[in-house]
Amino acid sequence: MSLWELANPKRFMGWTAPVLPWAFGGAALCLCIGLIWGFFFTPDDFRQGSTVKIIYLHVPAALMAINTWFMMLLASLIWLVRRHHVSALAAKAAAPVGIVMTLMALFTGAIWGQPMWGTYWAWDPRLTSFLILFLFYLGYVALWAAIDDSDTAADLTSVLCIVGSVFAILSRYAVNFWNQGLHQGASLSLDAEENVSDVFWQPLVICIAGFVLLFIALVLLRTRTEIRVRRTKALLARAARA
Amino acid sequence: MKALLARDLRLAVRAGGGFGLGLAFFLIVVVLVPFGVGPEREVLARIAPGILWVASLLAALLSLDRIFALDFEDGSLALLATAPLPVESIALAKAAAHWVTTGLPLTLAAPALGFLLHLPTQGYALLLLSLLLGTPALSMIGTFGAALTVGLRRGGLLMSLLVLPLYVPTLIFGAEAVRRGIDGLSPTAPLMLLAAITAATIALLPFATATVLRINLR
Repeated sequence: MSLWELANPKRFMGWTAPVLPWAFGGAALCLCIGLIWGFFFTPDDFRQGSTVKIIYLHVPAALMAINTWFMMLLASLIWLVRRHHVSALAAKAAAPVGIVMTLMALFTGAIWGQPMWGTYWAWDPRLTSFLILFLFYLGYVALWAAIDDSDTAADLTSVLCIVGSVFAILSRYAVNFWNQGLHQGASLSLDAEENVSDVFWQPLVICIAGFVLLFIALVLLRTRTEIRVRRTKALLARAARA
Repeated sequence: MKALLARDLRLAVRAGGGFGLGLAFFLIVVVLVPFGVGPEREVLARIAPGILWVASLLAALLSLDRIFALDFEDGSLALLATAPLPVESIALAKAAAHWVTTGLPLTLAAPALGFLLHLPTQGYALLLLSLLLGTPALSMIGTFGAALTVGLRRGGLLMSLLVLPLYVPTLIFGAEAVRRGIDGLSPTAPLMLLAAITAATIALLPFATATVLRINLR
Protein backbone atom coordinates (compact mmCIF):
# COMPACT_ATOMS: atom_id res chain seq x y z
CA MET A 1 0.00 0.00 0.00
CA SER A 2 1.23 3.47 -0.69
CA LEU A 3 1.00 6.28 1.82
CA TRP A 4 -1.16 8.25 -0.60
CA GLU A 5 -4.02 5.80 -0.15
CA LEU A 6 -4.63 7.56 3.14
CA ALA A 7 -5.50 10.63 1.10
CA ASN A 8 -8.84 9.05 0.32
CA PRO A 9 -11.07 10.09 3.25
CA LYS A 10 -12.88 6.75 3.30
CA ARG A 11 -9.63 4.81 3.32
CA PHE A 12 -8.29 7.19 5.95
CA MET A 13 -11.27 6.53 8.21
CA GLY A 14 -10.89 2.82 7.64
CA TRP A 15 -7.19 2.74 8.41
CA THR A 16 -7.24 5.04 11.39
CA ALA A 17 -10.21 3.52 13.22
CA PRO A 18 -8.20 0.49 14.49
CA VAL A 19 -5.04 2.60 15.01
CA LEU A 20 -6.74 5.10 17.30
CA PRO A 21 -7.27 2.92 20.42
CA TRP A 22 -3.71 1.62 20.10
CA ALA A 23 -2.31 5.14 19.91
CA PHE A 24 -4.33 6.28 22.92
CA GLY A 25 -3.47 3.11 24.85
CA GLY A 26 0.21 3.40 24.00
CA ALA A 27 0.23 7.05 25.01
CA ALA A 28 -1.46 6.28 28.33
CA LEU A 29 0.90 3.39 28.99
CA CYS A 30 4.06 5.36 28.13
CA LEU A 31 2.97 8.39 30.10
CA CYS A 32 2.03 6.29 33.14
CA ILE A 33 5.32 4.41 33.11
CA GLY A 34 7.44 7.45 32.28
CA LEU A 35 5.81 9.86 34.70
CA ILE A 36 5.56 7.43 37.63
CA TRP A 37 9.13 6.26 37.05
CA GLY A 38 10.28 9.85 36.68
CA PHE A 39 8.41 11.28 39.62
CA PHE A 40 8.88 8.53 42.20
CA PHE A 41 11.80 6.33 41.21
CA THR A 42 14.53 8.72 40.14
CA PRO A 43 16.84 10.48 42.62
CA ASP A 44 16.61 14.22 43.22
CA ASP A 45 19.15 16.30 41.40
CA PHE A 46 21.95 17.35 43.74
CA ARG A 47 21.52 21.03 42.88
CA GLN A 48 17.92 21.36 41.76
CA GLY A 49 16.30 19.01 44.26
CA SER A 50 12.96 17.53 43.26
CA THR A 51 12.09 20.45 40.90
CA VAL A 52 14.14 18.69 38.23
CA LYS A 53 11.26 16.26 37.80
CA ILE A 54 9.24 18.80 35.87
CA ILE A 55 11.60 17.95 32.99
CA TYR A 56 9.35 14.93 32.24
CA LEU A 57 6.57 17.28 31.18
CA HIS A 58 8.54 20.30 30.03
CA VAL A 59 10.91 18.73 27.51
CA PRO A 60 8.34 16.52 25.70
CA ALA A 61 5.83 19.39 25.55
CA ALA A 62 8.42 21.78 24.12
CA LEU A 63 9.55 19.16 21.62
CA MET A 64 6.01 18.51 20.42
CA ALA A 65 5.22 22.24 20.29
CA ILE A 66 7.85 22.66 17.59
CA ASN A 67 7.25 19.34 15.84
CA THR A 68 3.53 20.04 15.58
CA TRP A 69 4.35 23.13 13.54
CA PHE A 70 6.63 21.04 11.30
CA MET A 71 3.85 18.52 10.83
CA MET A 72 1.48 21.35 9.88
CA LEU A 73 4.05 22.70 7.44
CA LEU A 74 4.40 19.28 5.85
CA ALA A 75 0.64 18.78 5.66
CA SER A 76 0.23 22.28 4.16
CA LEU A 77 2.80 21.52 1.47
CA ILE A 78 1.08 18.24 0.65
CA TRP A 79 -2.25 20.08 0.39
CA LEU A 80 -0.80 22.76 -1.89
CA VAL A 81 1.01 20.28 -4.13
CA ARG A 82 -1.31 17.29 -4.25
CA ARG A 83 -4.65 18.76 -3.12
CA HIS A 84 -5.51 15.98 -0.67
CA HIS A 85 -8.25 17.26 1.60
CA VAL A 86 -7.29 14.95 4.45
CA SER A 87 -3.92 16.64 4.55
CA ALA A 88 -5.41 20.12 4.93
CA LEU A 89 -7.77 18.87 7.60
CA ALA A 90 -4.91 17.20 9.47
CA ALA A 91 -3.04 20.52 9.54
CA LYS A 92 -6.16 22.21 10.84
CA ALA A 93 -6.61 19.49 13.44
CA ALA A 94 -3.03 19.71 14.65
CA ALA A 95 -2.96 23.46 15.36
CA PRO A 96 -4.93 23.46 18.64
CA VAL A 97 -2.84 20.52 19.84
CA GLY A 98 0.24 22.61 19.09
CA ILE A 99 -1.19 25.55 21.03
CA VAL A 100 -1.76 23.37 24.08
CA MET A 101 1.76 21.93 23.84
CA THR A 102 3.26 25.42 23.55
CA LEU A 103 1.28 26.67 26.54
CA MET A 104 2.26 23.59 28.51
CA ALA A 105 5.93 24.16 27.76
CA LEU A 106 5.62 27.82 28.77
CA PHE A 107 3.74 27.08 32.00
CA THR A 108 5.88 24.16 33.16
CA GLY A 109 8.90 26.30 32.28
CA ALA A 110 7.54 29.14 34.43
CA ILE A 111 6.94 26.78 37.35
CA TRP A 112 10.46 25.44 36.93
CA GLY A 113 11.97 28.85 36.44
CA GLN A 114 10.66 30.32 39.67
CA PRO A 115 12.77 28.18 42.08
CA MET A 116 15.76 27.93 39.72
CA TRP A 117 16.14 31.40 38.24
CA GLY A 118 14.06 33.28 40.79
CA THR A 119 11.57 34.40 38.16
CA TYR A 120 8.58 32.95 36.34
CA TRP A 121 9.34 34.80 33.17
CA ALA A 122 12.46 36.27 31.61
CA TRP A 123 12.95 37.65 28.11
CA ASP A 124 15.26 34.80 27.34
CA PRO A 125 15.64 33.78 23.67
CA ARG A 126 14.09 30.35 24.10
CA LEU A 127 11.20 31.60 26.19
CA THR A 128 10.59 34.50 23.83
CA SER A 129 10.66 32.34 20.73
CA PHE A 130 8.07 30.05 22.30
CA LEU A 131 5.86 33.02 22.99
CA ILE A 132 6.24 34.08 19.35
CA LEU A 133 5.47 30.52 18.24
CA PHE A 134 2.31 30.73 20.34
CA LEU A 135 1.31 33.93 18.49
CA PHE A 136 1.90 32.19 15.14
CA TYR A 137 -0.39 29.34 16.21
CA LEU A 138 -3.05 31.85 17.29
CA GLY A 139 -2.92 33.64 13.94
CA TYR A 140 -3.13 30.34 12.06
CA VAL A 141 -6.16 29.14 14.00
CA ALA A 142 -7.83 32.55 13.75
CA LEU A 143 -7.43 32.56 9.96
CA TRP A 144 -8.98 29.09 9.72
CA ALA A 145 -11.89 30.27 11.85
CA ALA A 146 -12.43 33.49 9.88
CA ILE A 147 -12.95 32.05 6.40
CA ASP A 148 -16.20 30.35 5.46
CA ASP A 149 -15.20 28.56 2.28
CA SER A 150 -13.16 25.54 3.37
CA ASP A 151 -10.96 25.24 0.26
CA THR A 152 -10.05 28.93 0.36
CA ALA A 153 -9.34 28.61 4.07
CA ALA A 154 -7.11 25.59 3.47
CA ASP A 155 -5.20 27.41 0.71
CA LEU A 156 -4.70 30.61 2.64
CA THR A 157 -3.69 28.94 5.90
CA SER A 158 -1.23 26.74 4.00
CA VAL A 159 0.49 29.78 2.50
CA LEU A 160 0.45 31.44 5.92
CA CYS A 161 2.00 28.34 7.45
CA ILE A 162 4.84 28.33 4.92
CA VAL A 163 5.56 32.06 5.20
CA GLY A 164 5.11 31.85 8.97
CA SER A 165 7.65 29.02 9.20
CA VAL A 166 10.30 31.15 7.54
CA PHE A 167 9.58 34.05 9.85
CA ALA A 168 9.38 31.80 12.92
CA ILE A 169 12.85 30.45 12.21
CA LEU A 170 14.07 33.97 11.52
CA SER A 171 12.59 35.17 14.82
CA ARG A 172 14.21 32.27 16.64
CA TYR A 173 17.66 33.44 15.59
CA ALA A 174 16.81 37.14 15.83
CA VAL A 175 15.95 36.85 19.52
CA ASN A 176 19.25 35.06 20.08
CA PHE A 177 20.90 38.14 18.71
CA TRP A 178 18.80 40.40 20.88
CA ASN A 179 19.32 38.92 24.31
CA GLN A 180 21.56 36.36 25.94
CA GLY A 181 19.52 33.89 27.90
CA LEU A 182 19.20 32.03 31.15
CA HIS A 183 17.99 28.83 29.54
CA GLN A 184 20.37 25.92 29.28
CA GLY A 185 21.31 24.30 25.98
CA ALA A 186 19.54 21.30 24.51
CA SER A 187 18.98 18.52 27.02
CA LEU A 188 18.96 15.76 24.45
CA SER A 189 20.69 15.66 21.14
CA LEU A 190 21.96 12.87 18.99
CA ASP A 191 25.45 14.27 18.41
CA ALA A 192 26.20 15.43 21.97
CA GLU A 193 28.86 13.50 23.87
CA GLU A 194 27.04 13.90 27.14
CA ASN A 195 23.29 14.13 27.56
CA VAL A 196 21.26 14.31 30.72
CA SER A 197 22.54 11.54 32.99
CA ASP A 198 21.08 8.06 32.48
CA VAL A 199 18.80 7.97 35.52
CA PHE A 200 16.83 10.92 34.17
CA TRP A 201 17.28 10.03 30.53
CA GLN A 202 15.43 6.71 30.40
CA PRO A 203 12.09 7.87 31.85
CA LEU A 204 12.40 11.06 29.81
CA VAL A 205 12.60 9.10 26.56
CA ILE A 206 9.54 7.08 27.59
CA CYS A 207 7.69 10.33 28.35
CA ILE A 208 8.64 11.72 24.95
CA ALA A 209 7.35 8.56 23.28
CA GLY A 210 4.15 9.00 25.27
CA PHE A 211 3.75 12.58 24.09
CA VAL A 212 4.39 11.59 20.46
CA LEU A 213 1.75 8.85 20.69
CA LEU A 214 -0.66 11.24 22.41
CA PHE A 215 -0.09 13.77 19.64
CA ILE A 216 -0.73 11.16 16.94
CA ALA A 217 -3.88 9.97 18.72
CA LEU A 218 -5.25 13.49 19.20
CA VAL A 219 -4.52 14.59 15.64
CA LEU A 220 -6.07 11.43 14.19
CA LEU A 221 -9.12 11.87 16.38
CA ARG A 222 -9.52 15.52 15.45
CA THR A 223 -8.94 14.82 11.75
CA ARG A 224 -11.62 12.13 11.85
CA THR A 225 -13.95 14.63 13.49
CA GLU A 226 -13.21 17.19 10.78
CA ILE A 227 -13.88 14.63 8.05
CA ARG A 228 -17.18 13.71 9.68
CA VAL A 229 -18.13 17.38 10.01
CA ARG A 230 -17.34 17.90 6.34
CA ARG A 231 -19.39 14.85 5.36
CA THR A 232 -22.32 16.00 7.48
CA LYS A 233 -22.23 19.39 5.81
CA ALA A 234 -22.17 17.80 2.36
CA LEU A 235 -25.12 15.56 3.25
CA LEU A 236 -27.09 18.50 4.64
CA ALA A 237 -26.37 20.54 1.53
CA ARG A 238 -27.53 17.65 -0.64
CA ALA A 239 -30.69 17.29 1.44
CA ALA A 240 -31.37 20.99 1.17
CA ARG A 241 -31.07 20.84 -2.62
CA ALA A 242 -33.34 17.85 -2.97
CA MET B 1 3.31 48.78 -13.18
CA LYS B 2 4.39 52.43 -13.16
CA ALA B 3 0.86 53.47 -14.02
CA LEU B 4 -0.51 51.38 -11.15
CA LEU B 5 2.03 52.89 -8.77
CA ALA B 6 1.18 56.42 -9.92
CA ARG B 7 -2.55 55.69 -9.60
CA ASP B 8 -2.18 54.39 -6.06
CA LEU B 9 -0.04 57.35 -5.07
CA ARG B 10 -2.56 59.81 -6.51
CA LEU B 11 -5.43 58.05 -4.74
CA ALA B 12 -3.55 58.15 -1.47
CA VAL B 13 -2.63 61.82 -1.63
CA ARG B 14 -5.99 63.12 -2.75
CA ALA B 15 -8.89 63.75 -0.40
CA GLY B 16 -10.12 60.71 1.50
CA GLY B 17 -6.98 58.75 0.76
CA GLY B 18 -5.83 58.91 4.34
CA PHE B 19 -2.38 60.13 3.49
CA GLY B 20 -0.95 61.74 6.61
CA LEU B 21 -3.22 59.83 8.97
CA GLY B 22 -0.43 57.36 9.59
CA LEU B 23 1.93 60.22 10.35
CA ALA B 24 -0.57 61.79 12.75
CA PHE B 25 -1.00 58.42 14.45
CA PHE B 26 2.78 58.09 14.75
CA LEU B 27 2.95 61.54 16.35
CA ILE B 28 0.16 60.79 18.82
CA VAL B 29 1.65 57.48 19.96
CA VAL B 30 5.03 59.11 20.54
CA VAL B 31 3.42 62.00 22.42
CA LEU B 32 1.41 59.59 24.58
CA VAL B 33 4.45 57.63 25.73
CA PRO B 34 5.85 60.31 28.11
CA PHE B 35 2.42 60.53 29.75
CA GLY B 36 2.63 56.83 30.41
CA VAL B 37 6.21 56.46 31.60
CA GLY B 38 6.92 59.91 33.04
CA PRO B 39 8.90 62.85 31.70
CA GLU B 40 12.37 61.90 33.03
CA ARG B 41 14.96 62.61 30.41
CA GLU B 42 17.11 59.47 31.03
CA VAL B 43 14.15 57.08 30.93
CA LEU B 44 12.84 58.56 27.69
CA ALA B 45 16.26 58.59 26.07
CA ARG B 46 16.71 54.91 26.97
CA ILE B 47 13.44 53.74 25.49
CA ALA B 48 13.31 56.19 22.56
CA PRO B 49 14.66 53.81 19.84
CA GLY B 50 12.23 51.07 20.82
CA ILE B 51 9.26 53.43 21.08
CA LEU B 52 9.98 55.02 17.70
CA TRP B 53 10.33 51.62 16.06
CA VAL B 54 7.20 50.15 17.64
CA ALA B 55 5.21 53.31 16.85
CA SER B 56 6.25 53.28 13.19
CA LEU B 57 5.36 49.59 13.03
CA LEU B 58 1.87 50.33 14.35
CA ALA B 59 1.48 53.31 12.03
CA ALA B 60 2.43 51.12 9.07
CA LEU B 61 -0.06 48.49 10.25
CA LEU B 62 -2.85 51.05 10.46
CA SER B 63 -2.83 51.82 6.76
CA LEU B 64 -2.48 48.22 5.54
CA ASP B 65 -6.17 47.50 5.03
CA ARG B 66 -6.29 50.30 2.45
CA ILE B 67 -3.89 48.46 0.18
CA PHE B 68 -6.35 46.01 -1.32
CA ALA B 69 -9.72 46.45 0.42
CA LEU B 70 -11.13 49.31 -1.68
CA ASP B 71 -9.88 47.85 -4.95
CA PHE B 72 -11.32 44.50 -3.98
CA GLU B 73 -14.73 45.96 -3.18
CA ASP B 74 -15.20 47.95 -6.38
CA GLY B 75 -13.82 45.14 -8.51
CA SER B 76 -10.77 46.93 -9.86
CA LEU B 77 -8.54 44.32 -8.26
CA ALA B 78 -10.20 41.57 -10.29
CA LEU B 79 -9.77 43.75 -13.36
CA LEU B 80 -6.11 44.30 -12.57
CA ALA B 81 -5.62 40.58 -12.16
CA THR B 82 -6.88 39.96 -15.70
CA ALA B 83 -4.53 42.64 -17.10
CA PRO B 84 -1.33 41.53 -18.85
CA LEU B 85 0.59 42.61 -15.74
CA PRO B 86 1.54 39.59 -13.58
CA VAL B 87 -0.13 39.52 -10.16
CA GLU B 88 3.33 39.47 -8.60
CA SER B 89 4.02 42.90 -10.10
CA ILE B 90 0.69 44.18 -8.79
CA ALA B 91 1.70 43.04 -5.31
CA LEU B 92 5.08 44.72 -5.64
CA ALA B 93 3.59 47.97 -6.96
CA LYS B 94 1.00 48.03 -4.19
CA ALA B 95 3.68 47.48 -1.56
CA ALA B 96 5.85 50.20 -3.13
CA ALA B 97 2.94 52.64 -3.06
CA HIS B 98 2.31 51.77 0.57
CA TRP B 99 5.96 52.38 1.38
CA VAL B 100 6.06 55.75 -0.38
CA THR B 101 2.90 56.93 1.36
CA THR B 102 3.66 55.46 4.80
CA GLY B 103 7.16 54.12 5.30
CA LEU B 104 9.02 57.02 3.74
CA PRO B 105 7.13 59.81 5.60
CA LEU B 106 7.51 57.88 8.85
CA THR B 107 11.24 57.56 8.27
CA LEU B 108 11.59 61.27 7.57
CA ALA B 109 9.44 62.25 10.57
CA ALA B 110 11.12 59.91 13.03
CA PRO B 111 14.16 62.10 13.85
CA ALA B 112 11.87 65.04 14.72
CA LEU B 113 9.93 62.80 17.09
CA GLY B 114 13.22 61.41 18.41
CA PHE B 115 13.94 64.97 19.48
CA LEU B 116 10.74 64.95 21.55
CA LEU B 117 11.90 61.77 23.29
CA HIS B 118 15.43 63.11 23.96
CA LEU B 119 17.03 60.56 21.68
CA PRO B 120 20.82 60.84 22.20
CA THR B 121 22.62 62.71 19.38
CA GLN B 122 24.50 59.70 18.04
CA GLY B 123 21.17 57.91 17.46
CA TYR B 124 19.63 60.19 14.83
CA ALA B 125 21.54 59.08 11.75
CA LEU B 126 21.11 55.45 12.73
CA LEU B 127 17.39 55.88 13.37
CA LEU B 128 16.97 57.36 9.91
CA LEU B 129 19.12 54.68 8.30
CA SER B 130 17.51 51.74 10.14
CA LEU B 131 14.00 52.95 9.32
CA LEU B 132 14.98 53.56 5.72
CA LEU B 133 16.29 49.99 5.51
CA GLY B 134 13.52 48.41 7.57
CA THR B 135 10.26 50.06 6.49
CA PRO B 136 10.22 48.48 2.99
CA ALA B 137 10.15 45.08 4.73
CA LEU B 138 7.22 46.29 6.85
CA SER B 139 5.34 47.27 3.68
CA MET B 140 6.13 43.97 1.93
CA ILE B 141 5.05 41.85 4.91
CA GLY B 142 2.02 44.06 5.44
CA THR B 143 0.95 43.66 1.82
CA PHE B 144 1.05 39.90 2.29
CA GLY B 145 -1.12 40.21 5.40
CA ALA B 146 -3.53 42.53 3.60
CA ALA B 147 -3.81 40.07 0.71
CA LEU B 148 -4.55 37.22 3.14
CA THR B 149 -7.48 39.01 4.75
CA VAL B 150 -8.79 40.93 1.72
CA GLY B 151 -11.94 38.84 1.29
CA LEU B 152 -12.99 39.07 4.93
CA ARG B 153 -15.51 41.57 6.18
CA ARG B 154 -13.85 42.26 9.51
CA GLY B 155 -10.32 41.46 8.50
CA GLY B 156 -8.59 44.36 10.21
CA LEU B 157 -8.17 42.85 13.65
CA LEU B 158 -7.28 39.45 12.25
CA MET B 159 -4.70 41.09 10.01
CA SER B 160 -2.89 42.64 12.96
CA LEU B 161 -2.81 39.23 14.64
CA LEU B 162 -1.29 37.74 11.48
CA VAL B 163 1.09 40.55 10.56
CA LEU B 164 2.53 41.63 13.92
CA PRO B 165 4.33 38.34 14.69
CA LEU B 166 5.89 38.53 11.23
CA TYR B 167 7.25 41.97 12.13
CA VAL B 168 9.30 40.61 15.03
CA PRO B 169 12.68 40.09 13.29
CA THR B 170 12.53 43.48 11.54
CA LEU B 171 11.74 45.22 14.81
CA ILE B 172 14.51 43.42 16.70
CA PHE B 173 17.23 44.29 14.20
CA GLY B 174 15.99 47.84 13.60
CA ALA B 175 15.78 48.88 17.23
CA GLU B 176 18.95 46.96 18.08
CA ALA B 177 20.93 48.93 15.48
CA VAL B 178 19.89 52.25 17.02
CA ARG B 179 20.51 51.01 20.56
CA ARG B 180 23.97 49.79 19.68
CA GLY B 181 24.80 53.09 18.04
CA ILE B 182 23.75 54.97 21.19
CA ASP B 183 25.78 52.63 23.41
CA GLY B 184 28.83 53.22 21.22
CA LEU B 185 28.91 49.69 19.78
CA SER B 186 29.15 48.90 16.09
CA PRO B 187 25.67 48.82 14.50
CA THR B 188 26.92 47.14 11.31
CA ALA B 189 25.70 43.61 12.06
CA PRO B 190 22.04 44.46 12.84
CA LEU B 191 21.94 46.92 9.94
CA MET B 192 23.19 44.29 7.51
CA LEU B 193 20.71 41.75 8.83
CA LEU B 194 17.95 44.33 8.51
CA ALA B 195 18.94 45.00 4.92
CA ALA B 196 19.00 41.25 4.31
CA ILE B 197 15.44 40.88 5.60
CA THR B 198 14.27 43.75 3.41
CA ALA B 199 16.01 42.37 0.33
CA ALA B 200 14.61 38.89 0.95
CA THR B 201 11.06 40.12 1.50
CA ILE B 202 11.20 42.19 -1.68
CA ALA B 203 12.52 39.21 -3.63
CA LEU B 204 10.25 36.49 -2.25
CA LEU B 205 7.10 37.83 -0.65
CA PRO B 206 5.48 39.15 -3.88
CA PHE B 207 5.13 35.51 -4.94
CA ALA B 208 3.36 34.58 -1.71
CA THR B 209 1.19 37.71 -1.92
CA ALA B 210 0.28 36.94 -5.54
CA THR B 211 -0.59 33.32 -4.66
CA VAL B 212 -2.86 34.52 -1.87
CA LEU B 213 -4.46 37.18 -4.09
CA ARG B 214 -5.23 34.63 -6.80
CA ILE B 215 -6.86 32.37 -4.20
CA ASN B 216 -8.93 35.25 -2.86
CA LEU B 217 -10.01 36.34 -6.35
CA ARG B 218 -11.03 32.83 -7.37
